[in-house]
Amino acid sequence: MNKVLFSSVSKKFTMALAGLFLLLFLPVHLAINLMLLKSDPEPFKKAALFMASFPLIKIIEIALFAMILIHISWGIFLQIQNWLSRPVGYAGGNRSETSFFSKFMIWTGASVLTFLVLHFFNFYFIKLGFVEGDPEDFYSVAHNLFKIPAYNYIYLACFILLGLHLFHAFSSAFQTLGLNHRIWTPVVNAAAWVYAICIPAGFAFISITLWLFR
Amino acid sequence: MKLVLKIWRQKNADAKGTFATYRMDDVSPEMSFLEMLDSLNKKLVEENKDPVAFDHDCREGICGSCGMFINGHPHGPVPAITTCHLSMRYFRDGDTIWIEPWRAKPFPVIKDLIVDRSAFDKIQSAGGFISINTGAAPEANSILAKKKNADDAFDSSICIGCGACVAACKNASAMLFVSAKISQFALLPQGRIEAKERVREMVEKMDELGFGSCSNSGACEAECPKQIKLTNIARLNREYYKAF
Amino acid sequence: MDAINKQGKKAIENKYGNLFEMYKTITGIDPYEEPMRIYPAGHYTMGGLWVDYELMTTIPGLYAIGESNFSDHGANRLGASSLMQAAGDGYFVLPNTISNFLANDIRTPRIQTSSPEFVEAEKSSTERLNKLLSIKGRQNASSFHKRLGKIMWDYVGMTRNEAGLNKALGMIRELQKEFWKDLNIPGTAGELNMELEKAGRVADYLELTQLLIADALDRKESCGAHFREEFKTDDGEALRNDKDYAYVAAWEFAGEGKPHILHKEELKFEEVEMKVRSYK
Repeated sequence: MNKVLFSSVSKKFTMALAGLFLLLFLPVHLAINLMLLKSDPEPFKKAALFMASFPLIKIIEIALFAMILIHISWGIFLQIQNWLSRPVGYAGGNRSETSFFSKFMIWTGASVLTFLVLHFFNFYFIKLGFVEGDPEDFYSVAHNLFKIPAYNYIYLACFILLGLHLFHAFSSAFQTLGLNHRIWTPVVNAAAWVYAICIPAGFAFISITLWLFR
Repeated sequence: MKLVLKIWRQKNADAKGTFATYRMDDVSPEMSFLEMLDSLNKKLVEENKDPVAFDHDCREGICGSCGMFINGHPHGPVPAITTCHLSMRYFRDGDTIWIEPWRAKPFPVIKDLIVDRSAFDKIQSAGGFISINTGAAPEANSILAKKKNADDAFDSSICIGCGACVAACKNASAMLFVSAKISQFALLPQGRIEAKERVREMVEKMDELGFGSCSNSGACEAECPKQIKLTNIARLNREYYKAF
Repeated sequence: MDAINKQGKKAIENKYGNLFEMYKTITGIDPYEEPMRIYPAGHYTMGGLWVDYELMTTIPGLYAIGESNFSDHGANRLGASSLMQAAGDGYFVLPNTISNFLANDIRTPRIQTSSPEFVEAEKSSTERLNKLLSIKGRQNASSFHKRLGKIMWDYVGMTRNEAGLNKALGMIRELQKEFWKDLNIPGTAGELNMELEKAGRVADYLELTQLLIADALDRKESCGAHFREEFKTDDGEALRNDKDYAYVAAWEFAGEGKPHILHKEELKFEEVEMKVRSYK
């Protein structure tokens, strides 16, 4: 049974499921974050409180954390294994036609991870009590962070790289799950474009607005 | 036309290997790529030098023996053909051509451009067959199959096992090959009987031999000389999950 | 061009699309615009090893199946039939016949490499390889192969005649002498050596072609792919001589340099009458 659960195909399957879960999570997070744009902090605070206390959400939060861990662990494991599958590279170069962003998933993923760590220190660890700060007022925390130019540079760069990561991830997840169809696959690929542009754009919009226009 | 060839030379599996440069002065554009290498080897033997070793057999694009990385593409820059079908017409006078063997851990180099592809045979032995008694066969028309499935199975069955997919893939994954071999049976009633064991065993063997995993990059489909499609990989994935 | 005009390009594309693509890739000519250049080529040898009804050769325990034997198609193998023969022999016949030999062999223990037969076989194989390697001439095996092919194409091809066959025999004997004097194989037998492999095959072809010619000279009729110009009908079709030549010619190796011994397997038809196939 182990051989099946931990085969390369199963590992990719798990990564795809975890990835899809994350793809569902991001729009929800964006929707809440957009409330940061309101001058009244209350809607954001209410939403944040809801997310922090509602029992079902707490369960999903644990699942999300686990998914992130699995996605990252298997991702790194498989990437290293893949590097080892070709110990000697092509001296004359490999010009095989490949989906461009698929070649850099480990790197765009690493940038997402870097941002995630930064993000945890800024918010989640405050909530968990590891870092000093007011867990009740993330509205102010966010607004203050977006006043720092350097934070915005990092934020925007990471979200561009996130977009590149998501572009390949979206279509790839469906293929890995075996969901390939004459008609629906082109639809999925179109949706990938839309998703990979709109979600990062949404987060970037918040950053630019709070940084430059308030 | 005149050409400069940069060819990988490696004495045997334990040797380090390096590129050697050869200048050809008299290559006819009518020659096939392998004929061009033949004429190089003729010269080398006449000078009592070691000729370039490369795999070839039918020279007709169907046996899967020939295969080398030519200027960054397995089987050369022209899509949907094997090395033996590559005509020198696609190169210009004065061109430099880089020629390397397939690079992948499960395909160790034996000599020069020849790699050991017995890994593919091992995967096939693990499940690329249906188990029936030989010596007699039931009436073929008594086992009904959908025409679409038969056609799709045919499209998967034309995989010649050359290994270009592994060579092109950034992960040296064999998923296109394995999925083609699984698909040709999965689509037909005779193949359904052992479908679960087949996909489990072949994937296990593929992993064991050290091929990489699939990132859905698509280089394999783009470079396959027989135009095997990525839908086969999706089918392998579905079959695998059904076989949990 | 006629067909394209009559049926439309789409119809032709449906029937021959793949073939036309391949043609264009290899020759650079668009077959939809210009007529295709077709030329015949020899790409297999007819006939094969003699086997009995169990597919065993004259060497006990050595079976030859598929295209390597003569059984299903005799001396006149048609194109694309080799797959059928491989499948037929391997799937239907051999599973039923090989057990007959193996049943008698079941008590034979594993053969040791110290057995005299093995030692002798290894010695003669090594000698043969060394003989090829030691020539140290100048030409590679493929050069001889090409020249041999040209001789066969010119004189032992689609049509043959006595003078041509004899001339070819002489030329091949000369070529064979030159082969054993001027062949060059770099490298050794202890490593992967493609030149050595090719040389071994060309050495065999030099012998086999002489047998093909001997057989063609012996069969003084036109039958199947063997077309003797001296034996044809008034309108140029093959003229068979069933009275004298209704047999399978099985040639036995009689030793180095000696002519092969002909064994005739008479073809006796009891229920059917032999007819002449008409292509008109």
